[in-house]
Amino acid sequence: MTAATAPVADVWTMSRRQLRRIRRYPSLTVMLVGLPVVFLLLFVFVLGGTLSGGLGGSSYVDYVVPGVLAMTVASVVQGPIISVAQDMSEGIIARFRTMAIFRPSVLAGHVLGGLLQAVLGVVVVLGVSVAIGFRPDAGLAGWAGVLGLVVAFGAVLTWLAVAMGLAADSVETASNVGLPLTLLPFLGSGFVPTDSMPGPLRVFAEYQPFTPVTETLRGFLLAAPVPPSTWLLALGWCALIGVGGYLWARRGYERRS
Amino acid sequence: MTPAVLVRGLRKAFDDHTVLESLDLEIRRGSVFALLGPNGAGKTTTVRILATQLTADGGEVLVAGHDPSSEPDAVRRAIGVTGQFAAVDDLFTGRENLQLMADLHHLGRLGRARVTELLRRFDLVDAADRPASTYSGGMRRRLDLAMGLMGRPEILFLDEPTTGLDPRTRRGLWDLVRELAADGVTVLLTTQYLEEADQLAERVAVLDGGRIVAEGTPEELKRLVGGGHVRLRFADPDDVARAGSVLPAAVADPATLTVRVPGEGFGAVREVVDLLETAGLVAVDLSVHTPDLDDVFLTLTGKVTS
Repeated sequence: MTAATAPVADVWTMSRRQLRRIRRYPSLTVMLVGLPVVFLLLFVFVLGGTLSGGLGGSSYVDYVVPGVLAMTVASVVQGPIISVAQDMSEGIIARFRTMAIFRPSVLAGHVLGGLLQAVLGVVVVLGVSVAIGFRPDAGLAGWAGVLGLVVAFGAVLTWLAVAMGLAADSVETASNVGLPLTLLPFLGSGFVPTDSMPGPLRVFAEYQPFTPVTETLRGFLLAAPVPPSTWLLALGWCALIGVGGYLWARRGYERRS
Repeated sequence: MTPAVLVRGLRKAFDDHTVLESLDLEIRRGSVFALLGPNGAGKTTTVRILATQLTADGGEVLVAGHDPSSEPDAVRRAIGVTGQFAAVDDLFTGRENLQLMADLHHLGRLGRARVTELLRRFDLVDAADRPASTYSGGMRRRLDLAMGLMGRPEILFLDEPTTGLDPRTRRGLWDLVRELAADGVTVLLTTQYLEEADQLAERVAVLDGGRIVAEGTPEELKRLVGGGHVRLRFADPDDVARAGSVLPAAVADPATLTVRVPGEGFGAVREVVDLLETAGLVAVDLSVHTPDLDDVFLTLTGKVTS
């Protein structure tokens, strides 16, 4: 092992550790992916009949799926919040700190594990969507765009989740701190168009991170044009959340020695 | 040869609460050294500074010849740490926990053999493929210790390794520590159990209020408090008072109905018994107390340990 490859090896070791932990605790993943599936079914079959009336006749399932995908990412990153908090309470992080390993590898393992979990969650929700009648029109480029955005959004939200997990005092608080993240998609364009909302809420809904991400995904999936202002805003939010989450996580990691 | 651990004037405070004030330590390579003290004396803080987990406020620290604050990775390569709370991954089996350590030490293909060797040595073969969450306290502590040894450390920090363990498991762990010492590993052990320091350590430092109040071999420390005593218990306070006056240099404690007479060995006991018989007194209980580290601790710090 040379000095140059050791960091890669350590990140790889920590990521495998995280994936194994996720496999050992499958009920958490099932619950986190199950939540958006429940919302998908609820909105399509219970509320969709009425809601589609306001959409000028287009299929509600086609409208809602991109929003549910963005929500899936937000839901699945609750996993890393809890697993980071768990790690902190178990003291194994303290052990890692006494070993000559690449220091960021611990957090990087959580991020890579969490990201993979998020991508798998999105794939599952997409599968359910297709099964209940979602018919995307995306070509190869469109799918590449969807994958790219899901990975980018997943990665930055996972960094934020890791920071939240580090900030939580206990595993119990960790399972609550992520709640705003799961509620935020509802205050956006994911389930109903933002123009139906009252003034201040509409402004918030139009600019909050989930709306441009949802709109960009919707454009890619339905092969509709995405205005640059929308995808630029989506990327801007990703950059901001990513940098903010990373810095917050790093500070939290240094603090929790 | 440079000592395994050298500490001069180590200081550490958390906010305005001083935990360590001017701590000095020197641990010879290949020896077992015990840091003895009650809760809150600064034992864990000391270990965490030596193990690169905390930075000191001042003073000189060398671990395996390296300064933990400027060359943390050089120190980390030389040490193994086992904490008070077993730092194992509960979702992993014992084997997986050890394999994780092997991977982080970049042992490659040699890792598997080392994992098997440690499982055997720490008597974890039967439980190797069970999640660590199902392990008993003693098994977790053994796994934790095995994980700390994966990188063949020169220096091992054992922070209260037997706290919360039953006496039998504690003895088993002591045997493991003795084996490690026989292999030439330097061990720094923190403990609040005087017996543990007495059993394992060649040298003991007594830590109280962030300072070393005494240091030496267990024998030297015991000599500090002088000889032993004969302890007598009586049925009523009148007897206690009378015994106190007839026995030379006796210390009577009416509250516990006991009398302590300095001296040890058969001669002292016979003398006490003779004097009691002459005075017509009968003790409910008689015991001979040889000095142990408890007495040292009491003498040095004025505090009674658990």
